[in-house]
Amino acid sequence: MMNEHTAKAFDVDLQELARLVAEMGGLAEKQVADAVGALARRDAERARRVLEIDASVDALQHEIEEKAVLTIARRQPMAVDLREIVSALRIANDLERIGDLAKNIAKRVALTGDFRPQKLIRGVEHMAAMVLGQLKKVLDSYGGRDLVKAMMVWKGDEEIDALCTSLFRELITYMMEDPRNITFCIHLMFTAKNIERMGDHATNIAETVYFMIEGHPIADERPKGDTTTIAGIEELRSPSG
Amino acid sequence: MSTEVSKSSVEGIDEQRLVQKANRQDLRFAVTGFLVLVVAMAALLALVADFMIDGVPRISVDFLTNFPSRRPDQAGILSAWVGTVLVMLTTAALAVPIGMAAGVYLEEYAPKNWMTDIIEINVTNLAGVPSIIYGLLALGLFVQTLRLGQTILVAGMTLALLILPIIIVATREALRSIPLEIREAAYGLGADKWQVVRMYLLPAARPGILTGAIVGMSRAIGETAPIITIGALTFIAFLPPAPLQPEPPFINFEWLNSPFTVLPIQMFNWISRPQAGFHVAAAAAGVILLLLTLLMNGLAIYIRYKIRRGQK
Amino acid sequence: MDEKTQVPVVQPTTETPAKPAAESPIRARVVDLGFFYGEKQALKGLNFVVHDCQVTALIGPSGCGKSTLLRAFNRMHDLYPGNRYQGEIILYPEKINVVSPDVDPMLVRLKIGMVFQKPNPFPKSIYENVAAGLWVRGIRKRSIVDERVELALRQAALWDEVKDRLRTSAYGLSGGQQQRLCIARALAPEPEMLLLDEPTSALDPIATSRIEELIAELAPMVTVVIVTHNMQQAARVSDHTAFMYLGELIEFDITSKIFTTPSDRRTQDYITGRFG
Repeated sequence: MMNEHTAKAFDVDLQELARLVAEMGGLAEKQVADAVGALARRDAERARRVLEIDASVDALQHEIEEKAVLTIARRQPMAVDLREIVSALRIANDLERIGDLAKNIAKRVALTGDFRPQKLIRGVEHMAAMVLGQLKKVLDSYGGRDLVKAMMVWKGDEEIDALCTSLFRELITYMMEDPRNITFCIHLMFTAKNIERMGDHATNIAETVYFMIEGHPIADERPKGDTTTIAGIEELRSPSG
Repeated sequence: MSTEVSKSSVEGIDEQRLVQKANRQDLRFAVTGFLVLVVAMAALLALVADFMIDGVPRISVDFLTNFPSRRPDQAGILSAWVGTVLVMLTTAALAVPIGMAAGVYLEEYAPKNWMTDIIEINVTNLAGVPSIIYGLLALGLFVQTLRLGQTILVAGMTLALLILPIIIVATREALRSIPLEIREAAYGLGADKWQVVRMYLLPAARPGILTGAIVGMSRAIGETAPIITIGALTFIAFLPPAPLQPEPPFINFEWLNSPFTVLPIQMFNWISRPQAGFHVAAAAAGVILLLLTLLMNGLAIYIRYKIRRGQK
Repeated sequence: MDEKTQVPVVQPTTETPAKPAAESPIRARVVDLGFFYGEKQALKGLNFVVHDCQVTALIGPSGCGKSTLLRAFNRMHDLYPGNRYQGEIILYPEKINVVSPDVDPMLVRLKIGMVFQKPNPFPKSIYENVAAGLWVRGIRKRSIVDERVELALRQAALWDEVKDRLRTSAYGLSGGQQQRLCIARALAPEPEMLLLDEPTSALDPIATSRIEELIAELAPMVTVVIVTHNMQQAARVSDHTAFMYLGELIEFDITSKIFTTPSDRRTQDYITGRFG
């Protein structure tokens, strides 16, 4: 446990920043859960809530920016304090992007039409659950300054990426089977891609937490399991039955 | 739009009273101090005025250029004031350099041990020794053992010994009052001790040393007892040999070996005589002595002022 | 491809290229240095190096011994009785131990100059102040002294302000100018090392900035060791920093490391304001 600053107000400032980030994180989690849930059950009400929350998320990001800049100007933070403040800024950025991606998903609810095979939706829900788990874990690691948890999140992205790739292959198969699937599958593909990006942002946050604790960025390359950009090309070239 | 603080209840009244009380006290003190000053100055001025009234009319060019005589109206102070001036010169020439050197040594060079402490105590004590003791010392040592005779030189040496402690102490105090930063800056440049003393400490200490010299000389000019003891004569009808001469080396020091008299002795001698005329002459001599003292102080203060201005 | 969030990066202004701090030659090496004020031990077991033509900062809370350490470099403590050194400060290339009793303090001070916390010009003219160091060394030839006085005043960024009044009293200058004069005075004899003892703590922010700028300009020419209680100043001007506490050296490293990721917990506590 670190000593308190001689200037107590400095501690208060830092704690407030951390609280704002935690609050923003909570809201982002809610957005993601609501967005995927809304898409799965075609729940317009839930989708609208996602859009409402987004306004608060954006407001929180501005508040965090302002507070961070003010704290820097006032306190001339050094070393760990400076890293904390810079990290809060970066995490707020990532959380705001997650919120936007959730908003994106929620907007699609109205466009999906009636044809919604459960089998397909389950895959996306599964991926969403994993990403939500990553997000929770990484926000925990930030609050508890837990390096181990952060590293777990950082390594876990590979699995999500792989899931996304396999989901893409499945969706392509469905689309080739029955042209009526195409609209819905396209929406699902975008949704899956958005969820995969949310996972990347969660990994960003994990890297930021690592930097905040250790003082230097992670040395290794982030493990990549996402080959969605090239997935399906072989299938197109040699159509399978 | 904010409102102003409204009047608080009791606090203000006490403050007013405190201020009034303080002002009254200040006034009382100022008045008392002024009255005390007036009384002291009045006493002093009365004394000075008294003998100036007696003496000033007697002063004339003749008075200043005549030798003493058995007849009061012809008596003059030529030998006396010349003697005083020459003795003062000798005293200054001896006391100031030696006093400064001793002060510098004690303050800057002497190791800070018990021996130096003893020397320091002795020096300060010497300032309080009655001047007649110096006279006896001079008589025994200079006049008789060293056979230097009853001359201006011996008088100068005696008085120099007398005022040496004053100058030593003044030098030390002046050196001590130089801020530490100047010393550190000088040493920090890589100067050795003598360079630091010569280039920075002594110039900064000069006003203080000069003050000490003024105080010392003012004391010396009026000292009668030691001069009498070493045997200054009282009826000198001749002047010491002139210091300047037409042939090379243009300055001679024969006057140092000459018998002499000084103003205080001349005054003492005249006062002891029964004739009233001599008493008036003594008063006049006193005025001249006072004038000489003021002149000497004035010169020194002027020099000190110029030095201080140069340092600003 | 993936959106990486970035904190906006401020482009650094074009300054002198960063020197590879740890690689430059060593000008002085402190070995097991100890110091006693009479019976009281003020420094113990100090070991570090001072790199040539770079700025080394000494930081630490009040009473940690940083000024004591600085003054050991030029034997200032010898001016007062009862002080004792232990260990060595080896100055290169001469390879002499600066604190050895066999080495004359005056010799040390001829090689190592100092600027003090409160500006302390001599009560003489500006010219005489800067020339002092030269006269003390026996350099009296008018043309040479004139030249070096001008050079020193230029290096101290003071020449333009005083060139028309070199013969006026130094006391007519402002606090910041007086301090720059003291720096010029220390520079004129071209010392091997310059010691700065909290040089800006008595000055206003603008004067402080100008002196920091001056230090940055001087660094390529002369080795600088600076004591400061202002951490931001240490972070701004120095290449290496030593953090001291209670007479001991807690951490010594390149400045960027000390102020971003210090190794010792006490160092971090001090620089983030968590001390005491």
